[in-house]
Amino acid sequence: MNHMPILSLTLFIPVIGAIIIMALPKDQEKAIKYISALSTFISLALSLLVFITYDRSTGGMQFIESIPWIKDLGVSYALGVDGISMPLLLLTNLIGFSAVYASWNIRERVKEFFTLLLILITGVMGTFVATDLFIFFMFYEVVVIPIYLLVIMWGSTKRVTKEYAGMKLTIYLLIGSAFLLVGLIALFVTAQGMLGYPTMDITKLAGVDFPVGFQIFVYALMAFGFGTLLSMFPFHAWSPDGYAGAPTAVSMIHAGVLKKIGGYGLIRIGLFILPAGAKFIAPIIAVLAIGNVVYAAFICLSQKDLKYIVGYSSVSHMGYVLIGIAALNVISINGAVMMMFAHGVMAALFFSMIGNLYEKSHTRNVNDFGGLAHQMPRLAVGFMLAGLASLGLPGTVNFIGEFTIFVGAFSVFKVVAIIAITGIILTAVYILRTMADLLYGPRKEQWDHLQDLKGPEMIPLIVLGTAILVGGIFPSLVMDPISSGVSGLLAQIGTIQMGGIF
Amino acid sequence: MDYSLLATEILTAVIGLLVLVSGLVLPQRGREIVGKMSVLALLLVLIYTIFRFHVHQSFFGGIYLVDSYGSFFKILFLLAALLVMLSTGKYIERFRERSSEFYALMIFATLGMMIMACAGDLITVYLGLELMTVSFYILTAYLLNDERSAEAGLKYLILGAVSSAVMLFGVSLIYALSGTTVIGEIAAKINTQPALIAGIVMLLAGFAFKISAVPFHMWAPDIYQGAPIPVTTYLAVGSKAAGFAALVRIFMIALPLSQFNWTLMLAVLAALTIIIGNLIALTQKDVKRLLAYSSIAQAGYILAGLVAANAYGLKGVLFYAMLYVFSNTGAFAVATAVEVDTGSTDISSFAGLGNRSPLLAAVMTICMLSLAGIPPLAGFAGKFYLFSGAVQSGYLWLAFIGLIMSMISVYYYLQVAKVMYIGEEAKPNEKMEVGGVARFAMWICLLGTIFLGVYPAPLSNLAQTAIQLFM
Repeated sequence: MNHMPILSLTLFIPVIGAIIIMALPKDQEKAIKYISALSTFISLALSLLVFITYDRSTGGMQFIESIPWIKDLGVSYALGVDGISMPLLLLTNLIGFSAVYASWNIRERVKEFFTLLLILITGVMGTFVATDLFIFFMFYEVVVIPIYLLVIMWGSTKRVTKEYAGMKLTIYLLIGSAFLLVGLIALFVTAQGMLGYPTMDITKLAGVDFPVGFQIFVYALMAFGFGTLLSMFPFHAWSPDGYAGAPTAVSMIHAGVLKKIGGYGLIRIGLFILPAGAKFIAPIIAVLAIGNVVYAAFICLSQKDLKYIVGYSSVSHMGYVLIGIAALNVISINGAVMMMFAHGVMAALFFSMIGNLYEKSHTRNVNDFGGLAHQMPRLAVGFMLAGLASLGLPGTVNFIGEFTIFVGAFSVFKVVAIIAITGIILTAVYILRTMADLLYGPRKEQWDHLQDLKGPEMIPLIVLGTAILVGGIFPSLVMDPISSGVSGLLAQIGTIQMGGIF
Repeated sequence: MDYSLLATEILTAVIGLLVLVSGLVLPQRGREIVGKMSVLALLLVLIYTIFRFHVHQSFFGGIYLVDSYGSFFKILFLLAALLVMLSTGKYIERFRERSSEFYALMIFATLGMMIMACAGDLITVYLGLELMTVSFYILTAYLLNDERSAEAGLKYLILGAVSSAVMLFGVSLIYALSGTTVIGEIAAKINTQPALIAGIVMLLAGFAFKISAVPFHMWAPDIYQGAPIPVTTYLAVGSKAAGFAALVRIFMIALPLSQFNWTLMLAVLAALTIIIGNLIALTQKDVKRLLAYSSIAQAGYILAGLVAANAYGLKGVLFYAMLYVFSNTGAFAVATAVEVDTGSTDISSFAGLGNRSPLLAAVMTICMLSLAGIPPLAGFAGKFYLFSGAVQSGYLWLAFIGLIMSMISVYYYLQVAKVMYIGEEAKPNEKMEVGGVARFAMWICLLGTIFLGVYPAPLSNLAQTAIQLFM
């Protein structure tokens, strides 16, 4: 296409923003916020440009950049997007941009906050555009430490202390990534033995016909590593505590996109490179996914803290994604990717609304509230939009995701699919009940002083709300590229593996 | 033989002697510049050595070798010595009247390390080792009015002497069986028998002491804590790298794997070192001790590269030893500055460092995360080489242990980060003053750590050239 390294620009403009912010004096809070907003806006605009100019008729990897980086490890700085990574790149930037505005009221250590936030956004983006395993992993781990610092410095201590929440989250993710890294090294070394030259290129690695036993072993490691990130049952415990302790922007990014790296990794790396391993492990993942969907949904029913409700609900929704990935067919994986996108915008909107409410009222307990729609109608719109999307109402993008997953999965795992569909009912129960307790009913005088959303606070609602509705009404905008990406990926596996599996 | 190729060693020796003499003859005021002059002189030697990287020559029938492998380590030692001297900062005030001897001993220790790295003969190794260790015995006890420093010096002297004796016994057994002490000739003259294994084990025990591998690590925490911090830094960085330099050369060349497979023995040692070092570090409350245990664990990671005994593994050893110079010196430089400011290295004295000096807190955090192996910092690339090597040689379990333990190590590193950023400040809102030179050294450590992580290719190419002789 064009010769402008558009993906690198998208990726590094937030870093440039972070460097400028580091050079600014501490008290220039306004300037710091504007620079953050501007750099994430440019990234968002560029990723929209990628989304629009991506040539849908040819499909495959586009906007490719490749520079040899570490020769003896076969690493190159290689970027590219296909139909699977593109919506996730867009999602990252939608949420990144909104997260800056959701943090507009930060008053303490503004400089450090936005520096870390911008680095975090770059890290997440990097994982979606990297086509080299080494670079992918680098970006993946880059995100963990800024999150820890963000949580302990700007987090909130309610049910668990923010130090505890931050450390729990960090250690869970790092232990997961240690397993992942072992798998990755094993993959690299074995591929080198079979090919005779070192490579980290994901497509080239996918071309290697690894022995089945080895594939199962490595895929198991990856399922553990990525599964932890995706809060797969029973490795989900970090997620609700982590979100509860984290500041709003981190909850948004974490629940919105960071978790999705897990699902993306399972598809792009796990399934693509190790199809036989995926096939072997898939039933186990599907069974664990029931734990996600049903068990987490039941926990949601008994939660009082808004962040815990959304936290467990996101664990529950990740169960759908896992089922989609485990079913291993084009439709179900389409659904899984769509669901990741949908859940991302929805969860980010939810957390930004909760963050806003908490900032003003200093409580997140559902029982303290009631009738908030009287005082804060715009906030109520945001909550309802997120809530209805969460329970998969047709017309929201989440409906498309859930529906597609179940269509795809039903043919493969009948029992699992039926049990998992009960999750939808449970979601409706806890979401509707929470919304009713929170927003409707008689006006409570004690909350009369709360100001409704205004000015910068409206941005997350507008951006993410639009994404939910546009995606829901014109699903093909997102679904078409995903579908071309997934079928392209599966077709490649098919030809490589001589059609034995799909 | 072209003796000009020994210029690095000769110059270093001359500089050391000059510094020593100038301390005696110069008046008090003149001595102030001795430190600056030795830094400048070592810098010139460093530049010269870098230009002589590709030179190869064997001296005196192979008992002393000038090659890329040795040069790599020479560069490493000089760099480490420079960074340590620069980061000493105001700490030098504690022994101002004896500062020129301090510099002289540092330079002699450096010379000893260089000889260890280039030695082609077991006796020469021992010579270098003793030059280095004796300098360190003195340096460790350099704080005359500090009991802990004296205790550390004495402990190091006794334990160091014992370990040297054990190593010499091992050397003598190998000599008895092969009839030579030249490393390059041993391989052809030995065959596997119990006495040889005993010799190897004793040799290994001696080196394991120097690199503080479990179970020969007990000395490290006490001595690291008691010694003046710059000495601790150099002990942790330089002495360890020198131990590895000699260990790798002896094991790879004199003891071929076809004769006696020592990799499993080393693998067990590496695994124990990684596990025990990291687990004990979890409970430390003093940052010096914490870094001491962490450096024990680091020795375990590097050892994994020798266990692999292949291109990736050995490259990893060299790569890791070099990045360790930047990351560890950076962390210790911050600890030095904090001790100068607060008088202690207890974790509580780091509280609020994020406010008091954002640079110091950032250097500490980034250097420690590099030690933990978090990308995009240098430690990650290093560990990737080391454990790729180990997996390639069939030690997948070692890679498992190493990588999981290094993630666990993040816990204690982050405890320090947590205290720095959200701890209750001992001196609220008081900016911390750090000298420009020390600040400069920290910047080098910081940028080196980041650069080697983001773009490891140049260093890995150097390491590739250096290990050619083993391939």
